[in-house]
Amino acid sequence: MVTNTGGINDQGFCQLSWEGLKRLRDDKGYVVSYIESKQDADYFTNLDKAIDYGANFVWAIGFAMAEAAYLTARINPDVDVDFGIIDASTNGDQKLTGVLFANEEPSFIVGYIAGRTTKTNKVGFVGGIESDNIYAFEYGYLSGVAYAAHELGKKIDVNSQYAESFTDSAKGRSIAQKMISDGADIVYHAAGSVGIGVIEAAKEAGKFAIGVDMDQSFLAPENVLTSAIKRVDQAIYELTPKLIAKEITGGKDVVLRLRDGDFLGIPEDHHLMPKGVYEDALKISEKIKSGEIVVPASKDGYEKFEKSLA
Amino acid sequence: MNVLIKFLKRPVASSLLAILLGFAVAAAILATTGFNPFETFGTLFYGALGKPKYITNVIIKATPILLTGVSVAFAFQTGLFNIGAEGQYVLGTICATIVGVTCNFPAPIQIPLVVLSGALGGALLGAFVGFLKARFGIHEVITSIMTNWIMLYLCNFVVSTEAFHKPNSNTALTVNPSSYTMVLPQWKMSDEGIEYLLKVPWLRDILLKTDLNFGFVVAIFVAVLAGILLTRTKLGYELRAVGFNPEAARFTGIGVKRSVVACMLISGGICGLAGALNITGISPHTITTLAAQEGYGFNGLSVAFIAGCSTVGCIPASLLFSGLTYGGMTVQQMMGVPSEIINIMIGVIVFFTALPAMAPKIATWLERRKKARQSIDTDANAGEA
Repeated sequence: MVTNTGGINDQGFCQLSWEGLKRLRDDKGYVVSYIESKQDADYFTNLDKAIDYGANFVWAIGFAMAEAAYLTARINPDVDVDFGIIDASTNGDQKLTGVLFANEEPSFIVGYIAGRTTKTNKVGFVGGIESDNIYAFEYGYLSGVAYAAHELGKKIDVNSQYAESFTDSAKGRSIAQKMISDGADIVYHAAGSVGIGVIEAAKEAGKFAIGVDMDQSFLAPENVLTSAIKRVDQAIYELTPKLIAKEITGGKDVVLRLRDGDFLGIPEDHHLMPKGVYEDALKISEKIKSGEIVVPASKDGYEKFEKSLA
Repeated sequence: MNVLIKFLKRPVASSLLAILLGFAVAAAILATTGFNPFETFGTLFYGALGKPKYITNVIIKATPILLTGVSVAFAFQTGLFNIGAEGQYVLGTICATIVGVTCNFPAPIQIPLVVLSGALGGALLGAFVGFLKARFGIHEVITSIMTNWIMLYLCNFVVSTEAFHKPNSNTALTVNPSSYTMVLPQWKMSDEGIEYLLKVPWLRDILLKTDLNFGFVVAIFVAVLAGILLTRTKLGYELRAVGFNPEAARFTGIGVKRSVVACMLISGGICGLAGALNITGISPHTITTLAAQEGYGFNGLSVAFIAGCSTVGCIPASLLFSGLTYGGMTVQQMMGVPSEIINIMIGVIVFFTALPAMAPKIATWLERRKKARQSIDTDANAGEA
């Protein structure tokens, strides 16, 4: 695998991916290796090095590597190697599989939990940089909150804001502080390191934050209400053998949903939630899996969803 | 012995000695962390020089740090410490991207336009820092560290503006293809080009699998030109005189303030050129939201000091630096050595080159020892007689 500039100790995405590959090595005897990119200009040349290494399958980690992955797949039609990219769509090249997560689904669940837990009837959302990917988090969350509000027969306000960054944790902190002083008592983030600041702000104010991607409760055990988990490691662990065996053919996207297995969800720890909320959240999860609730991932979808509730 | 002493007195000896010591320290660290140093170095050299395309990539990746290195070395020779190379580089990429996206002329007009706009951006930023020093006496290290961060956030701002943001990505729009400075950029990526190149493996490796471009030629030209400017022209004489002793320079009638601004203008321009050539020469041909400094300018500092602040010396130094970092990727992949070890090795080399008097000192010590031994010999001979 080739990482983006985060490197394999990024406490997130790349680290999880490498965990997945290490499990493949330990459980199934795969030969695995990684290269960390230091600059954007390294993506293309590092993918090429991974081919020279003799890999059968090469993972590009993160949507920033999409262009480099398209190019690499295109100029190597005769080499026996396939590529996968996490969090980005394939361009249709037969050698390239895109792996996407239905991020709106766990966002819906944590939105539901937020809606059930809030005492001030005000919750917040902090996004990274505006894109379709982050909209899925936002509108999934908004829908979950709306669903809970409908169930409780009350109105819950959601304050959404974008930090225009995935790295500026000071900005995340100030946005969250503003939201909390405006009355919000739970803030969810989908903003990478910006979220570290969000969680810090919640900790200082004694309010709740909701983590993303991995169980972030280690950052503030008494303030991280829950997390919307995206298990990149599990995806790599399960998909790599299938992709190498060509059970999944390239040129298409694999979209991982709640119903597909152990890829998305919330952590088991629920000691901060009111009684019964965790059990209800699991019921919501089942409803999403069965298709009873179809979670919207865009603004239009959310508006329709809200109307369908009323 | 005499040959050794003579060699140690030459400036290049310090650099070579530092490189050797760097490898020695890295070997010790590798051995203590359980990796075979010889195997690791073997992999490192293979990763940098093992295939024609690796060598090509080393050259491509040396281009920007050669230029930033020349910029730092140039400023250093005139008594200025241009730690703002990073910011000037970033502004170069920003200007080149803005111009390259907005304008779309035929290549013979577009390329000079894009490249010069980047150089101009860097030059103006450098001149600004020089002006602050000349007019208000604010130290260039302070101001240029600040401008580094201002440029980083300016870059992120430009990426996020509606006019330049590429939707659903963390990059700006790519510059128009007429700005590309690779070898045969349009043809090699066309279907016919790919089809043809697939049949010619060596050419495919170099053309298709790398972004082979003309940047390095320009960079060498600039390195030589900067050297000539410093040592063979009136302007260079004045700049260096100011570097050696500003008071004495002013006494002889040299405009010290003007010199400081001129030096920073040139130094900044070279960094801006590095940024522009990276935009036109290598993918992704655009700027990205930066979480931290990418290090093109700071690596330039390392290159300049490995080269002992000789502008022409930056050519081999930049190749060494890029060979180490690029080959380091292979070490990581094949042997699982953390890239930090490679960074430590580069750090140690830079550390030892920061002691420029080391080699001459060893030379003097050897000389003294030789003389001492000779005098003992002559004493002994005298005693016998």
